[in-house]
Amino acid sequence: MNRFLFFVPVGLFLGLVAYFMVGLTLEPSRLESVLIDTPFPEFELEPIQGFEQGLTNADFAGEVALVNIWGSWCAACLIEHPKLMEISEVGLVPIYGINWKDKPGDGAAWLKRHGNPYTLIGDDPDSRVVIDLGVTGAPETFVVDQNGRIRYKHLGPISDGDWDQTMWPLIQRLRAE
Amino acid sequence: MRHLLTIVLCLMCLSAPSLAVQPDEVLDDPALEARARALSQDLRCVVCQNENIDSSNAPLARDLRIVVRERLLAGDSDDEVLDYVVARYGEFVLFRPRFEGRNIVLWLTPLLAVVLGAGLLFAFFRSSSASSKVKPLTAEEQAKLKSIMERDKP
Repeated sequence: MNRFLFFVPVGLFLGLVAYFMVGLTLEPSRLESVLIDTPFPEFELEPIQGFEQGLTNADFAGEVALVNIWGSWCAACLIEHPKLMEISEVGLVPIYGINWKDKPGDGAAWLKRHGNPYTLIGDDPDSRVVIDLGVTGAPETFVVDQNGRIRYKHLGPISDGDWDQTMWPLIQRLRAE
Repeated sequence: MRHLLTIVLCLMCLSAPSLAVQPDEVLDDPALEARARALSQDLRCVVCQNENIDSSNAPLARDLRIVVRERLLAGDSDDEVLDYVVARYGEFVLFRPRFEGRNIVLWLTPLLAVVLGAGLLFAFFRSSSASSKVKPLTAEEQAKLKSIMERDKP
């Protein structure tokens, strides 16, 4: 009996060690979005400097679309940019941009320099829409279905692997729905 | 020189710590502002996750502070403001998890650990004292002990 009792704390301790070992492999910065399967928040954003048209949620109603959060200040967005250009040049799926916390003119200058993959762009200098979307950093990309629901959120730059294995198959599945 | 140093140090103690909250964010109504400060201290900054938005200098924390103040101005209760942020960022943003759903496990685990530990300690001591309990001597042993004691007497 005593022997057995002695092993109870040891067992509990080993259990905790295992639990924390798993915890160490998780990335706390990768927050799961609570907005999956909810309607994309309604919004209306002004155009960025030098553009005629802004962006509202009605602009991508009825189609599967990507909504990409980016800024000219965001280094990871530049890494992601060639992938977005490729997607838009091939015409796989329309990409709508939300230009987050950029100074007037900076976003437009960045697009002029690197190319513009976006169908339409809205300006969000005060994080209005970004907060409604639960965004924690740029770039983030939302996949929206024909019914205007958020179906997937991608954190960080979209790599070839992310696109080929997760996002593109998902878009095709959503189109078939 | 030494006096000057003392005075400077004393003055430094009097100064308030620098704030992340900028003057242009502060509400005119002191009561609302106090509620905003209290709420912001309960909300996690999602950029630098171990800071609350009240003390964080991240631009997104600033924008969230402004949103919190706008909700208060619109007449939201404290809980409604927290619900507003939780609906967008999830329960993770609350520094004090709510007593509901799977959070109940989180709240009750310490209590459970104490009860379990106390139970184990109790069981351990009871069984160890039971095994070492001294049995009284039999009549035969008593006689033997007596004879030994008698023999050694001078």
